[in-house]
Amino acid sequence: MQTTTLMGGFVNAPLDSARAFRQIMTAVAQPGIINDAVGATPPAPLSVAAGVVLLTLCDPDTPVFLTAEFDTDDVRAWITFHTGAPLVDAAKASFAVGSWGDLPITDFAIGTSEYPDRSATLIVEVASLNPEGAELRGPGIKGKATLSLPETAAFQQNTALFPLGLDFVFTCQNRLAALPRTTKVNAIKVS
Amino acid sequence: MTDYNFAYLDEQTKRMIRRAILKGLAIPGYQVPFASREMPMPYGWGTGGVQVSAAVLTPDDTFKVIDQGADDTTNAVSIRRFFEKTAGVAVTEATVDASVIQTRHRIPEQDLRSDQILVYQVPIPEPLRFLEPSEVETRKMHSLEEYGLMHVKLYEDISQHGAIATAYAYPVKVEGRYVMDPSPIPKFDNPKLNMAGIQLFGAGREQRIYAVPPYTDVVSLDFDDYPFEASKADHACDLCGAEDSYLDELIVDDAGGRMFMCSDTDYCAGRRKAGCIGAQGVPYQEDVA
Ligand SMILES: [Zn+2]
Repeated sequence: MQTTTLMGGFVNAPLDSARAFRQIMTAVAQPGIINDAVGATPPAPLSVAAGVVLLTLCDPDTPVFLTAEFDTDDVRAWITFHTGAPLVDAAKASFAVGSWGDLPITDFAIGTSEYPDRSATLIVEVASLNPEGAELRGPGIKGKATLSLPETAAFQQNTALFPLGLDFVFTCQNRLAALPRTTKVNAIKVS
Repeated sequence: MTDYNFAYLDEQTKRMIRRAILKGLAIPGYQVPFASREMPMPYGWGTGGVQVSAAVLTPDDTFKVIDQGADDTTNAVSIRRFFEKTAGVAVTEATVDASVIQTRHRIPEQDLRSDQILVYQVPIPEPLRFLEPSEVETRKMHSLEEYGLMHVKLYEDISQHGAIATAYAYPVKVEGRYVMDPSPIPKFDNPKLNMAGIQLFGAGREQRIYAVPPYTDVVSLDFDDYPFEASKADHACDLCGAEDSYLDELIVDDAGGRMFMCSDTDYCAGRRKAGCIGAQGVPYQEDVA
């Protein structure tokens, strides 16, 4: 086991995860807002924010899928050591980490009509995260919000599945934003 | 070292509750199952709300607890002290100063902000339960949006009483999809379910968590010819004179004398501090310690 595996977890897990959860929860409750996520130093290529989300929400009860880019020995070992989450195929995953184009989004669980909560949450690593781009409307948003999204069509299709669907957390360095399945996304036409 | 975990619950339990809260926010009004834990207080004391608060609180929070609008009941005081001790939170009775408010049976009169979280204690989370005792059936009804029975029940009210008699736990439809029990708040509070704050609902015995994000469309069920009405006692508060607050009625003497007062004690005190006086009120004085 390499030393990087043992390092990079929360220094004070109960307090760090409580604070991190507040940042994640308020992001999910208010799609479009961008929150800080700090306290973890995971191995590359995982961002700090993705590491924070994994440490806060994952454990042996939540299978995790990694795209090839993130499926490295260091990342696997770090997730296994700090969370105990099993690493699995997309279809069995509760959480997934990957860059947008690499995530096999049609393979993940979207819940069932009686249990729409039995669905995956995708942690999408993005190169930039800004409050500009696609227009967001729906629960948690007063009027409308804007957020840089990797595309819009896939999120529109996901929203159409409601109450089924996937939920997304976008992570970029030490910041995150969220897009639950309720958010209606529209591309802003650039004139 | 302390003898207990931060906010009492172990980390794995908090993670499980936190994941349920996120699913609840993503599917507004849908009841997410969770594995409720034993808490050092009886079920009637809002163990569902306590578990949600435990999963949400950080040491940076200022916590308020109300029981039917009052901060000073045994139940409210116990829960406040519990988190003061186990989570190191600051506590307050002032709605405006609180970042997290746990409540039993009321929504504060003061509008909540988007940086405030309201945690409800829920005894019976299933709005269809009194129509259909089977969990398998109610789950199916929610999945099919089969809410006709609920409308029939409300309409029977109208034919028997001339109005919808349901005064508490009045059912709502969230974002046009799930019918939800807002917990036993008076229907006067229903319009306030459309708010800027984050609303989280915890039912301990029934092991359900559900949520309403800010600015979510929450509609009280009604009929075109019998629209929903957020009624209250047709009276002003006898202490502060408020005409817009939900009132408790108190018998004050053996002769049957009565008094109406704001159920939200912080709201009433705030008004009295500002100089408002009701019909039986006296000028506000700070409590002598
Ligand atoms: Zn009053």
